[in-house]
Amino acid sequence: MTPPELARRLQTQFGALLTAPVVFRGEVTLRLTAAERVAEVCAFAKQTLGFDFLLDISSIDNYGEEPRWTVVYELYGLGHRGHLRLTTDVSEAASELPTVTAVWATANWHEREVYDLMGIRFRGHPDPRRILMWEGYPYFPLRKDFPLAGKTTELPEVAFTAPAPLEGGPFVTTPGAAHTTEREPRARTTAR
Amino acid sequence: MQRATEFGYDSKIEGDVVVTRLDAALNWFRKNSLWPMPMGLACCAIELMATGASRFDISRFGAEVMRFSPRQSDVMIVAGTVTYKMALAVKRIYDQMTEPKWVIAMGACASTGGMYRSYAVLQGIDRLLPVDVYVAGCPPRPEALLDALLKLQAKVAKEPAWATLKRGA
Repeated sequence: MTPPELARRLQTQFGALLTAPVVFRGEVTLRLTAAERVAEVCAFAKQTLGFDFLLDISSIDNYGEEPRWTVVYELYGLGHRGHLRLTTDVSEAASELPTVTAVWATANWHEREVYDLMGIRFRGHPDPRRILMWEGYPYFPLRKDFPLAGKTTELPEVAFTAPAPLEGGPFVTTPGAAHTTEREPRARTTAR
Repeated sequence: MQRATEFGYDSKIEGDVVVTRLDAALNWFRKNSLWPMPMGLACCAIELMATGASRFDISRFGAEVMRFSPRQSDVMIVAGTVTYKMALAVKRIYDQMTEPKWVIAMGACASTGGMYRSYAVLQGIDRLLPVDVYVAGCPPRPEALLDALLKLQAKVAKEPAWATLKRGA
């Protein structure tokens, strides 16, 4: 079966839970309206439709809009070589949805990364620790309201952080300027 | 019967004696066998390895003995991006190195944070350690690292080694 057929099959199974598949440049995306049912849908996609490989879980911060979070699951079947994208919205108040680690073991680290950088929790996760930043770091740095330069933190004996000197950066280039120093300055002062 | 012992001029060792200052001798020993602590944290470490390999051959300058124990090394070559998560580990290894010790910040990241103007990267290892030589480049050519080593040797040669030793005793 091709990915659009597989997507229709998934929609027939779950009905109103899933929106109609959107095909863009050969990529099929389905939106799941109830984030709480994500594990169930994923289990069906794996066991019946042969999506045995979870490529990635990513998350989007729709800052200023509600629901704030979109969690994106990239599914792949090694048998039929079909790709399917499953998205679901999560409100900021909840910031939580069920884990899919019971379906794909590889979801363990993907979900830890989403939690670490975006602060979305996965209920039932077997090891809900941070994966890149250290335990005790108080922020979720890929949220839109977190400054790129970072914030000051201090965790004695473990790590500290300080804001980076961005000065209008991080990458400030002026195409067409005569000199290299103008074209690619080390940093641009905001006063200018 | 002649019982006097001969001191001073001895024709048998003429030409075999070199007169120098103690500082110059100590510094000469030190600068020609700087054992590096290879603090390889990113792609600069690849260039560091190339510097150690036969084509560029860091042993021409007496620094080929890469020591993976801080207790046996003289110069820490910080080669790569120092993240905040790694920063205190680098500091700890530096603290474990025995005196005298020196630091080379190799590449843009170790010197200033480089292209990582970011929440996760220390903006230069000199915010934690006293750096002796900075090497520009992303990553620097092995020749640039060798030049940094020569600059460090020139610096070591000028140090008041004996006075420092006496103060420590």
